Amino acid sequence: MEKNIILAGVGGQGILSIAYVIDNAALDAGFNFRQAEVHGMAQRGGAVQSNLRYSDGELHSDIIPQGLCDLIVAVEPLEVMRYWHYLRPDGWVVTSVTPYVNIPDYPEMEGLLAELSTLPNMVMVDTGRLAKAAGNLRSQNMVIVGAASNRLNFTEDQLLKHVDGLFARKGEKIVAVNRRAFSLGRQTGAFYRGLVDGGMSALNALKLSTKLNPESLAVKHAPTWVEALDGDEAKLTAVLEHDGEVNADAASAFG
Amino acid sequence: MSREILLGDEAVGLGAIHAGISGVYAYPGTPSTEIFEFVERKAKKKNDIHAFWSTNEKVAYEEALGMSWAGKRALIVMKHVGLNVAADAFMNSALTGTNGGMVLAVADDPGMHSSQNEQDSRYFAQFALIPCFEPKNQQESYDVMHEAFELSEELALPVMVRLVTRLAHSRAGVETREQRPQNLLRPSKEIKKWTLLPSNARVQYSHLTDIQPTLLQLAEDSVHNELELRGKLGVLTCGIAENYLRENLEKDHDFSILSIRQYPIPAEKVRKFVEHVDELLILEDGYPLMENSVRGLFGLVGAKVRGRMTGELPRTGELTPDLVREALGLPKLETAHDLSGEIARRPPALCKGCPHTDSFRALNEALNIFDDPQVFSDIGCYTLAALPPLEAVHSCVAMGASIGMAAGAAHAGYLPAVAAIGDSTFSHGGITPMLSAVQQNVNLNVLILDNDTVGMTGTQRSMSTGATLDKIVHGTGIDPEHIRIIEPLPKNHEVNVKIMREELAYEGTSVIIARRACIEAIKR
Ligand code: SF4
Repeated sequence: MEKNIILAGVGGQGILSIAYVIDNAALDAGFNFRQAEVHGMAQRGGAVQSNLRYSDGELHSDIIPQGLCDLIVAVEPLEVMRYWHYLRPDGWVVTSVTPYVNIPDYPEMEGLLAELSTLPNMVMVDTGRLAKAAGNLRSQNMVIVGAASNRLNFTEDQLLKHVDGLFARKGEKIVAVNRRAFSLGRQTGAFYRGLVDGGMSALNALKLSTKLNPESLAVKHAPTWVEALDGDEAKLTAVLEHDGEVNADAASAFG
Repeated sequence: MSREILLGDEAVGLGAIHAGISGVYAYPGTPSTEIFEFVERKAKKKNDIHAFWSTNEKVAYEEALGMSWAGKRALIVMKHVGLNVAADAFMNSALTGTNGGMVLAVADDPGMHSSQNEQDSRYFAQFALIPCFEPKNQQESYDVMHEAFELSEELALPVMVRLVTRLAHSRAGVETREQRPQNLLRPSKEIKKWTLLPSNARVQYSHLTDIQPTLLQLAEDSVHNELELRGKLGVLTCGIAENYLRENLEKDHDFSILSIRQYPIPAEKVRKFVEHVDELLILEDGYPLMENSVRGLFGLVGAKVRGRMTGELPRTGELTPDLVREALGLPKLETAHDLSGEIARRPPALCKGCPHTDSFRALNEALNIFDDPQVFSDIGCYTLAALPPLEAVHSCVAMGASIGMAAGAAHAGYLPAVAAIGDSTFSHGGITPMLSAVQQNVNLNVLILDNDTVGMTGTQRSMSTGATLDKIVHGTGIDPEHIRIIEPLPKNHEVNVKIMREELAYEGTSVIIARRACIEAIKR
């Protein structure tokens, strides 16, 4: 087993915290790991990445070679494109769709998402919305670790242990917020994939999973939605335009 | 024995602590900063290691040399360009030699992630005739610190450990050992060796050249210089380059490999290797030091040497596993996507609300009465003001160079001569050119951006900020009427522009101190 992950985002978005959680889980599991990060000038709002590798065998390079990246985890959608030429043909992308706009020529969102959704092994989550639901917009990084956690080689508890460790210093409340962010990300990511695996298009799956009450999301509800909406855009529109909150177990009401 | 997650930098720091250092000396500089910070953090608890930032790398080097003189072990930390600043003390310390063990950890920045150049410090080790380790991973970074200190005491010489950014800023699990106790105070009595009068220096220099065969033999026998003879195609790697090679090799490959991580270059091992192979690829993350040495001036008879000088690898920039793959002639791996089209660049920028933004907005406006004015600048966050939207500064060369260059431009008749420099850079290298300018009353305007910290490298302590800075500026003998203090805030914009214009109109040296704390430093 060898897992090569590129963590992508913008300086200040907490990429290194993501790395901390995964590094420590890898250390606990007795894996070898290497994790290269960016310090210095680029941290001032520039594009930053971290190459994270773990394996039960030997690892040599700190940098992941092109074509060997198994997973891109991005806290920001544009940043995926900076590294997707590292992804192996069957590699995965787990990305936030919440843009971080600090440049004048940030691409227009619809086109960006359409381009990203051409990759088949994709998980898209609205980290901004989920982090807010968790109680703090700054917890977007933990949302995305949660969403990616299904693609890692650790149990939920093995990862959460280090979410706790990371925020312990800042008090119980912050720990709770970040745990919540993690599990909202995990549920939403799994739900999204459930929809796509059931045959829904990536963009529709994103729209639906962004509309539903995040607290209610669970992967088991995905098939009921696929069945209820049955590929019918009008039905999806009805859900999206429904006033007020829609719970994940309410698929039948829109069938 | 325990296993810890450490950056390459931290592994060096912990290795030094466990080797029994009594002091760590440094000036912040990417990618070396985390070495000092790690030791500082660890030392805080027990308070048994001296850890206080130095004003610059030369000062750091000399303080360490003093500690070594007193018999204790000292670690010196800097980035590659910092060694230029420390070079005077560094070169001469090879002649004086050491008493307590002294190790210089210098972090080079191939690819210039956060630097003005990518000079290769191995040349400095060669130049000074001292041993140098170039660890290939975090574990070796930790391990060589013990060896480096032992070697330093055995040879009574400073020893260099060379890192590169990739290793400095990459984490891995590191097995650690027991701590060795610190040395006792045991000041050197060898007065002559420390007093480099020509008559003594000649003796010391002869001694240094006399022991070179010992250094060479150590490198020949070193476990860090590994020779693996197989097929007729050879790859010679230095430091971390070995990782990029192995990443691309199958288990049953047929390459002969020589991996070098201790210098001077072990000539005998290299000869053996070269004689065995027909063709030879040299991989090093830095300058083609090894490549040029192996090839020599007239090339190598019998074997073909390839590398950065022959186009198989780019002449400049950081080495990567992909570049090595190409140089080995292996096919590209398939990927899920091409690097197609233009992706919007996201360059670094000043933080929102940064005081520098207000200072430069005022300066831009104050200068708009001149035709295409250029501002000499320095090294720090404020160098980012060179980029849009501010585009307020037009040079960045060396620590403190803004003032000297502006003075030189003024000597030539350039008007307005303006230098912009941060408070910490001022203490590092700005005070002496400032003194020089004031003594000649050069028509020069110095804008000191006093944000109370070393912002770029992560808000370390600044040596000359606030009242200390004011006193230093006064102490240069400058007319006190032409020391102006402003607070760079949007609401003070008009006043600040006015003050700048007044000082620009003055014919002589003037200083404007723009004082407001870095917002990142306040957050801490
Ligand atoms: S770290 Fe401080 S000095 Fe640097 S850009 Fe941010 S606010 Fe400005």
